[in-house]
Amino acid sequence: MQKTYYDPADLKKFGKISEWNEELGAKFFEYYGKVFEEGALSEREKSLIALAVSHTVQCPYCIDAYTGDGLKRGITKEEMMEALHVAAAIRGGATLVHGVQMMNKVNKLDM
Amino acid sequence: MIKSLHKRESELAQSNRQLEILSNGIFQNGELPTFKDKISETGQFPLKAKKLEILQINVGYMCNQVCSHCHVDAGPDRKEIMTRETMTQCLDVIKNTGAHTLDLTGGAPEMNPNFRWFVEEASKAGIKDFIVRSNLTIITANKKYNDLPEFFKKHNVHVVSSMPHWTQGKTDKQRGDGVFSASIEALKMLNAVGYGMPDSTLRLDLVYNPSGAFLPGNQKSLEKDFKKALLGEFNIEFHNLFAITNLPISRFLDYLIASENYEDYMYSLVEAYNPAAVASVMCTNTLSISWDGYLFDCDFNQMLELPVNSKVKHISDYNEDLLEGRTIVISQHCYGCTAGAGSSCQGSVA
Repeated sequence: MQKTYYDPADLKKFGKISEWNEELGAKFFEYYGKVFEEGALSEREKSLIALAVSHTVQCPYCIDAYTGDGLKRGITKEEMMEALHVAAAIRGGATLVHGVQMMNKVNKLDM
Repeated sequence: MIKSLHKRESELAQSNRQLEILSNGIFQNGELPTFKDKISETGQFPLKAKKLEILQINVGYMCNQVCSHCHVDAGPDRKEIMTRETMTQCLDVIKNTGAHTLDLTGGAPEMNPNFRWFVEEASKAGIKDFIVRSNLTIITANKKYNDLPEFFKKHNVHVVSSMPHWTQGKTDKQRGDGVFSASIEALKMLNAVGYGMPDSTLRLDLVYNPSGAFLPGNQKSLEKDFKKALLGEFNIEFHNLFAITNLPISRFLDYLIASENYEDYMYSLVEAYNPAAVASVMCTNTLSISWDGYLFDCDFNQMLELPVNSKVKHISDYNEDLLEGRTIVISQHCYGCTAGAGSSCQGSVA
């Protein structure tokens, strides 16, 4: 059994998921490729969104991939960090906004 | 300012040591295929020189900058400078070449004391595209260089200049403190005489090299971002952006090894190998002439001291017909020109 759950080398094997279900794998990668094409948002903007989301879902493969992708696109470390703070703010906000539910419950039950 | 590898007497100043590193380790133990094996897979070995299109002349390794990625290991401490005698031999070739592009590089070519004379004489040959690779900061470095934009204009020189990013932080990190603001000032001076303006025939192109151990992104996308930033923030215009991959030699190789990125970078280059780029690599239509008149397949081979595989070795024996069809000299650094969309002194090739 391997001693760590994540191996950086596994990122390069991502495409292999199609081997066990070619049809769905192919559909996924086609969709994935299409999503990142230039559209109403630029490829650069999409790369920054992907980087922020990668941190939110805490995917080490994705963080590796989209940090590298950002560097290639000329995205600065300041832009990267700001994107992460957006992700962190939403994640922190999502926790805190549930505080309203907590407060509602306390206000209803407490004398 | 850092010193060149030569001045520091680093072992990487020696081309044979660089070639040793590029041939040993992951390429010797079979972890990665050699460039020769890789191009053989698609029947592209040996690479042969086609008709000459670009004559690139390196007029000296002296430079006012010491960039961290420089494949020439150029700097103020380099004293290799092309003499007027060698320039005269080059002019004989320039007058008779079938090449459509003449490309002067360095170091900072403007620091060669015979630079202006050479440009004046070479421009008389009427070559279609006459490039000078200017590092920009030389224009503002000293009063005697301030009129370079006018001089370039007078001789209809195509200016190609390095600019690794549109922000100060990334630019200065690669090229030295103060380089960004000096470059911006120089670009404004070039724009002022007409260089880089949308309908101008005075060509001003920028060269982008990644400022780290990663490959360049899409050339067109980067050009769009550069244009938006330089126009928006500084009111600067330029024509095209060439995205060039850093080749793992000289100071960039030194950086890769010191930052423990060498193996990963070589993996990235090999993984991004694009057979379509092999068909258009610049060494097949370019000839590089060193400051002392020797001939090489490209500027990178010049720095690795890998001379052309031909009976003709020196500008004094130049013969374009004999050089055509020669076998290109290759090593693992060549992966830098075949990764992704490919890379040449004119940017992407595939």
